[in-house]
Amino acid sequence: MSRYELRFSGAGGQGLITAGIIMAKAASIYEGKEAVQSQSYGPEARGGASKSEVIISEGPIDYPKVTKCDALLAMTQEACNKYSDDLKEGGILLYDTDLVSKLPEGNYKRVGFNIINTAKNEVGREIVANIVALGAMVALTGQISKENAEKAVLSSVPEAFLELNKKAFNMGYEKALAAQK
Amino acid sequence: MAKKVAFLQGNEAAAQGALYAGCKFFAGYPITPSTEVAEVMSVELPKIGGKFIQMEDEIGAMAALLGGALGGAKALTSTSGPGLSLKQELIGYGCIAEIPCVIINVMRGGPSTGMPTGPSQSDIMSAKWGTHGDHPAICLVPASVQELFEETVRAFNLAEKYRTPVMVMPDEIVGHMRERVVFPEPGELEVIDRAAPTVEPAQYKPYDTSFGDVPPLAAFGSGYKFHVTGLNKLPDGFPTTKAEYVQAEEERQVRKVEGNADDIMKWEEYKCDDAEIIIVAFGSTSRSARFAVDQAREQGIKAGLFRLITFWPFPEKRILELSKKVKAFITPEMNLGMATGVVKAAVEGNAPVLGIFRVDGEPINPGQILDKMKEVK
Repeated sequence: MSRYELRFSGAGGQGLITAGIIMAKAASIYEGKEAVQSQSYGPEARGGASKSEVIISEGPIDYPKVTKCDALLAMTQEACNKYSDDLKEGGILLYDTDLVSKLPEGNYKRVGFNIINTAKNEVGREIVANIVALGAMVALTGQISKENAEKAVLSSVPEAFLELNKKAFNMGYEKALAAQK
Repeated sequence: MAKKVAFLQGNEAAAQGALYAGCKFFAGYPITPSTEVAEVMSVELPKIGGKFIQMEDEIGAMAALLGGALGGAKALTSTSGPGLSLKQELIGYGCIAEIPCVIINVMRGGPSTGMPTGPSQSDIMSAKWGTHGDHPAICLVPASVQELFEETVRAFNLAEKYRTPVMVMPDEIVGHMRERVVFPEPGELEVIDRAAPTVEPAQYKPYDTSFGDVPPLAAFGSGYKFHVTGLNKLPDGFPTTKAEYVQAEEERQVRKVEGNADDIMKWEEYKCDDAEIIIVAFGSTSRSARFAVDQAREQGIKAGLFRLITFWPFPEKRILELSKKVKAFITPEMNLGMATGVVKAAVEGNAPVLGIFRVDGEPINPGQILDKMKEVK
């Protein structure tokens, strides 16, 4: 079965639900695959663990949630602890090296770089850390082309911030490829 | 020309469905997890000459909804459990006064304020018995974003056709998840408008059954004057306690829906033809069930899915037929056994009905359903 399961996790307010939506939109609208995005979060809008899940498939998707996670993004230690249980053997864990120090045991691919600091210092705005992370997830998972993902990013952000987001996306993409070597 | 497609949230698709159906009036009060329906309506209605009003609470919102509908508009509100409880008195008013309107209730954990962001399917009995007294009930339970769009259109059609409130009840997962929606072209889906009076204003009676079980409804402000009350009423709308009217009117109001159940009921049978175990499920839970059915078939278990799209009226006759050839039914639901009880009543003891109940804010996963199948002897 072609079902591929991704989870974007971190703290509420980090924009991970948005990152998941853009990933799913890229797959569904631009890549021509099937995709479902869902989320769960506590009543608090900021802080606390939050997750956004995306299922991508060549065919219709029934169960909309993750069963065995192919690729997990963890932007905080709490999210990493809470949401890594069902990471698939041979799956991918992308994490922020400044915020996640303790990784779960298991046979999976670990890729880390300083995601938030990249957004803050190299792209110029911390607020686009989610797009840096999205670029990295696109590079690592190979489920959608870089071109289609970038189209989805640019169609989802305000016009005044197109260049900023484009830069964030590309930087995330390149840094992930470099970090996995 | 290629059809318009968008990657939408369920609640956004519900609002788009309402607009497709010709909805021109929204009255509501924001509540998680349904607020996005109101948000979209607040942006879109003013553009097409419609009206959006946020009332002081859910009771006021339901009252405004009935007023808007009597004014001739196709009218929508959206809410969730605590709001649905507050609306119940006026939902009953809508039933007895026969006012067409649509209520989208996105199900979250309850009772009371419960778990605002957690998914649930525990309002389905409220859809039927939340308001007191005998009354018609129509409740639709879509399972995908596209279906939420289409079922909202159908909800308006049923409301207008049968002159009664109709509920659409996605669970929080269906309301909040996002999928691709292919927008139907205008005219592609049927859109029904209420029957207008054919008599002169002086002769008009709002409950004149010589026109059938669903009398035509005039719009306030169109020159037709009539009385509206929550009391049992005469054909002209004024109150009565005359036994022959009260009995006949109550029966007619229920018959409008129950007597047309075949037109209202909708379900999908997936791999049920040779199934020994049938899962009866709805909403997001039916998606877990479908996944479990495919897994079971790979393991040689003859499983099928009976997916409810209309919950009320309930397809009890079809469930009874199926009960004569299956070993068991399994009823997964995000509540403590509401649909299970309804299925049990329908099967009349022909087969066991095994429930899977979850109210912890987590969805029922396919593995739980598969495990339950293995308990069937």
